[in-house]
Amino acid sequence: MLSKPAISYRHVTKNFGPVVAVDDVSLDIAEGEFVAVVGGSGSGKTTLLRLTNRLIEANGGTITVEGEDIGTVDHVALRRRIGYVFQSGGLFPHLSVADNIGITPKLLAVPAPEIAARVDELLVLVRLDRSAHRDRLPEALSGGQRQRVGVARALAARPRIVLMDEPFGALDPLTRDALGEDFRELHRKLGLTTVMITHDMTEAILLADRIAVMRSGKLLAQGTPAELARSGDAYVLELLRTPRRQVERLNALLPQDGPA
Amino acid sequence: MSLLTDPRWGEALAHLPDYLGNHVRVSLAALALGLIVSLPLAILTRNRPAPRGVLLALASIVQTVPGLALLALFYPLLLAAASVTLAWFGVSFSAFGFLPAMLALALYSMLPVLRNGITGLNGIDPALLEAAKGVGMTARQSLVIVELPLALPVMMAGIRTAAVWVIGTATLSTPIGQTSLGNYIFAGLQTQNWVFVLFGCFASALLALAVDQLLGLIESGLRNRSRLRAGLGGVGLAALVIATLVPSMGRSSSSYAVGAKTFAEQYVLSALMKERLEAAGLPATTRSGLGSNVIFEALKAGDIDLYVDYSGTLWANQLHRTDIKPRAELLSELRTALAKDNITLLGELGFENAYALVMPRKRAEAFHIRTIADLAAHASTMSIAGDYEFFSRPEWAALQQAYGLAFRAQRQMQPDFMYAAVASGEVDVIAGYTSDGLIAKYDLVTLDDPRHAIPPYDAILLLAPKRAGDARLQAALKPLLGKIDIATMREANLRASGNDANSSPDAVAMWLWEKIHRQ
Repeated sequence: MLSKPAISYRHVTKNFGPVVAVDDVSLDIAEGEFVAVVGGSGSGKTTLLRLTNRLIEANGGTITVEGEDIGTVDHVALRRRIGYVFQSGGLFPHLSVADNIGITPKLLAVPAPEIAARVDELLVLVRLDRSAHRDRLPEALSGGQRQRVGVARALAARPRIVLMDEPFGALDPLTRDALGEDFRELHRKLGLTTVMITHDMTEAILLADRIAVMRSGKLLAQGTPAELARSGDAYVLELLRTPRRQVERLNALLPQDGPA
Repeated sequence: MSLLTDPRWGEALAHLPDYLGNHVRVSLAALALGLIVSLPLAILTRNRPAPRGVLLALASIVQTVPGLALLALFYPLLLAAASVTLAWFGVSFSAFGFLPAMLALALYSMLPVLRNGITGLNGIDPALLEAAKGVGMTARQSLVIVELPLALPVMMAGIRTAAVWVIGTATLSTPIGQTSLGNYIFAGLQTQNWVFVLFGCFASALLALAVDQLLGLIESGLRNRSRLRAGLGGVGLAALVIATLVPSMGRSSSSYAVGAKTFAEQYVLSALMKERLEAAGLPATTRSGLGSNVIFEALKAGDIDLYVDYSGTLWANQLHRTDIKPRAELLSELRTALAKDNITLLGELGFENAYALVMPRKRAEAFHIRTIADLAAHASTMSIAGDYEFFSRPEWAALQQAYGLAFRAQRQMQPDFMYAAVASGEVDVIAGYTSDGLIAKYDLVTLDDPRHAIPPYDAILLLAPKRAGDARLQAALKPLLGKIDIATMREANLRASGNDANSSPDAVAMWLWEKIHRQ
């Protein structure tokens, strides 16, 4: 790894009672990198993400964020400088879109006019119509719009690191594709370091620079899609086979140069 | 006279500002106190199942205590507390009226507030709690910005329930000296004044309904995040409170408070004394419907200024004496004992309201029964009925002992029904009250007690310590002393038990004064 890691996991372990959710995981994520953590349910991928901003505390090992051991920094301050996109938005139903987006700057005591300007800027950034959505409640939005608000909220306090917990999982395929592409573009434009949890290998391959595969709390393999393809692990190869097979079937079924 | 043109509606209406204002005041204070205690408790225990369970169990137990008993319990409790603070800190407070009523009602309001508060806070989607943490909220910020606003609709529903309960139960605070809409109900039930009973029930139901609807408006405003609705509800509620409180404020507190226990004779006598005081230019109010145990303490503490009690009652309950003395001796000992508490025994009214064995005149004559001693010979073939406490009172033990009474059967009955029961022959003898008007109505006789087993129960007028040297007050009351004989009081009581416009305590008191005056 050439540049210094934005996030570094060293022998991280987390257990819930007798269940070991994360088992001795070591992983470095470089600044500006987009890493997808892929695994089935119960693989420990979401636990790993929640350990990163201390939503839960590790039982063993160390995690450093931008060079600092997170065990030694204030957990509230840590969370305010890391953006977090929740699985199905996690928007506060009693707050307007603008209030949801501006929540972290508000907690940081940013003056109200500044927050308002930042909210407008973010609405443009996540491609939401300002006049139509700004003052509405989350319940009035579609699933995709809600997740765009979730992304805007995560970015509001200008974090350098964004954590995403299956952000596009509950969306229909078209919305999901558009949102993924849009976020990939934001990641590049804003120079973010992104860790995205997903169970969908196709999504991981299309969006991430690097993929980490987890199973039963252990990190099985990590690397670019090409590197993973050279892995000897049967589970990793099985995960990669699925998108490949889909592509082959799609190519066979769809005309190569049709209007769609 | 039709129900609608009955002048008692007007009389009831005249009391409304006072009763309603006091009712709202005590309900509001109780609810506020209940909320101040319960909401923080709900917040503190929301993530702690063990103390939460204990708290909810305690609140549920309080709820199972009947409202009347809970209110009555607070009176002796506070009396003891007041004597403790007097001994330790040199300050005392009144254990009468507002304070015990407010505390008992506050306790009563806690269950719905606690339960809904805890349910509301626990019902929040855990994903939102994690989101609150994730965006960088502290525990306190999460509570204020996310948890409380989301739990608010459920919490409001609990507050609504509590408000209705408190307003309803506040009607029961009359016997411990807190004026409320219950004054109509207690007075009405005792004097068979159904207009008052209906008025009191409707007024408290309407008040509860109005408060419930306004709180409901606020609740739906909060649920639908409509500031207009919530604001409208809030303004309506504030207007209601102000409208009910203002007319009852600024009343002179220097007026004389005339106490009355919870039966018709007491309502009539307190009305009579109030009229006499006002005729003498002394402002007076009545504090009626006071429990028998409460009223003496209230006089001693100066919460009321005067009332009529009965010598035998004080002899047994305050002096704790079980022996029986001739009436003059008993009165003079009582006078001395009361003087130690600086209470003035101004004098006797002239009649007795004692327990007496009562039977139909015709049957008594047929069996040649004039005294209880005559009755004893026939008792083994007869049945007797008494009120709920008679057969456990010392008078009954003394009667049995003195005359060797042994009845075939004994029954307990509601006092109002006893007289009709003995008149119709359903029972042979009843333990009635000597001044009861129904004795004359049903042509009954009271049997003589030649062995003086039953202590004398002379009606006596008592003055509070602070009125001991009040010459104007004493002069105004003097014309009543020794002027009300048993026949007069019976007739007055009979009039008061009627159900027409002339049966209100004020009207009967007026009649009574006319009768005394003409003598």
